Amino acid sequence: MVQLFFRSLSYSSSLPRQWARFIEQCYLIGYTTLPIVAILSFFIGTVLALEAGYSMSDFGAKEYIGSLVGLSMARELGPMMTSVLLAGRVGSAITAELASMKVYQEIDALTIMNIPAAKILVLPRLAAVIVMMPVLTMISNIVGWFGGSVVARYVSSLGISPEAYFAALRHYTKFKDVMNGVEKAEVFGFVVVLVCCDIGLNTRGGPREIGAAVTRAVVTSLILILVLDYFVTKVLV
Amino acid sequence: MDSPCSKTRNPFTGAEANAVGVKVEAMCKSYAGVEVLKDITFEVQPGEIFVLMGPSGSGKSVLLRHIAGLETPSSGTITIDGLDPSLEATRDCDRIALVFQDGALFNSLNVYDNLALYPREHRSGGEKAIRERVLHSLKILSVEDAVNKFPSELSGGMKKRVSIARALVMEPQLLLYDEPTSELDPVMSATISEIIATLKNEYSVTSLVVTHDRDLALTISNRVGILMDGELVTLGTPDDLSKSKDPRIVDFLNPKIDIQHPRFKKLETQAQT
Repeated sequence: MVQLFFRSLSYSSSLPRQWARFIEQCYLIGYTTLPIVAILSFFIGTVLALEAGYSMSDFGAKEYIGSLVGLSMARELGPMMTSVLLAGRVGSAITAELASMKVYQEIDALTIMNIPAAKILVLPRLAAVIVMMPVLTMISNIVGWFGGSVVARYVSSLGISPEAYFAALRHYTKFKDVMNGVEKAEVFGFVVVLVCCDIGLNTRGGPREIGAAVTRAVVTSLILILVLDYFVTKVLV
Repeated sequence: MDSPCSKTRNPFTGAEANAVGVKVEAMCKSYAGVEVLKDITFEVQPGEIFVLMGPSGSGKSVLLRHIAGLETPSSGTITIDGLDPSLEATRDCDRIALVFQDGALFNSLNVYDNLALYPREHRSGGEKAIRERVLHSLKILSVEDAVNKFPSELSGGMKKRVSIARALVMEPQLLLYDEPTSELDPVMSATISEIIATLKNEYSVTSLVVTHDRDLALTISNRVGILMDGELVTLGTPDDLSKSKDPRIVDFLNPKIDIQHPRFKKLETQAQT
């Protein structure tokens, strides 16, 4: 995986000539993942607000729901959920595509043509995930915050106005918190794409191995996201 | 890094490529302790059509993958024009093309983009020159109608021809074919054989063909090698092979269907029980 990273990096000067591939990957990683990120983030925001609302009401602190949802989404749930969705949706597709290319000798055909897979298959994906992860994470945060505000306003036992909710959110959620989340998402996204590319390109055997490779790639990505989450958070805190 | 090339041929210049020779010396290959290729030694002369035949599982395709540089031998050497084909630097010098058994066309690209990928990535001229080159290759193989189709829309014969056209776009100095006539009807097989012979004559390319097709081997090749159980058991001209008295060669080249043979009787008995 480290070798693949450095090999891809060595072709970075070719990126301007791979504009079309880069845009295509931005579309696949960003645009096609957006609906599911939005739906999931909205409901995560609502559940957070609901759970926090009931607990905080006991202490007379329900006005602070906005701050809790804001910080939770920005620092942890936004980047984490976006990365998990990336692994499940985009990572699996990347591994399936590359594993299939490997099994059906398309990668061998590239090798014969002296066209490195790291250059045309991995580099555009890595570049695209670097660009799209902050966008997806920010959208996840905003939709999650909005989901929390809907619950805070319309659940009768809470009844917090959007103004009060967002005032608390703005007061306690700093720009640094949001940026920390974005940085986390960058690391997670980059690792997910690299792992999925590496496993796809190293698939051996027949069509059955494609499914096994996809499973391995997604499971490895999810474990790495969780492990890295601890270490990245420790560095950023 | 200094180029290992004795003469610079890439980047693509449009000039006719010089055919290159292949030298395999005492080459062995083992997978998990099982030796699949044993002490293989032969040479392919520049501009020659060399055919490798042998029963299924004899190691022909494995040997071809080694010559293409996709795998490295366990021992012994393979050189193309004096260079190790498994090195990226060699592919910078010698244009080696491989026609895969199943075509190995890029399924996400249409036929045009499949063929244009090599010249685009190696920046061999502008888009107009690339287009001319792609269409010319498709025309030679009589598949110009398929230019906008995707591989999944092509028949087996068309896939083979597009695959050869893709190899041709590289203007190769060494053209390797893996079972080019497998799964094709006799007419299409004959067409592919003619194409291989024509390409050799018109483009002076060295051709190495792995096949089961006896007609192809005996009609268009300059020399034929027969692999059996990972060993090169014979090497000679098609005439030499036709006159061979070696029972293994005779049986392989002229198989007879004898339904009175004990193995058929055994099958018959098994079917009845």
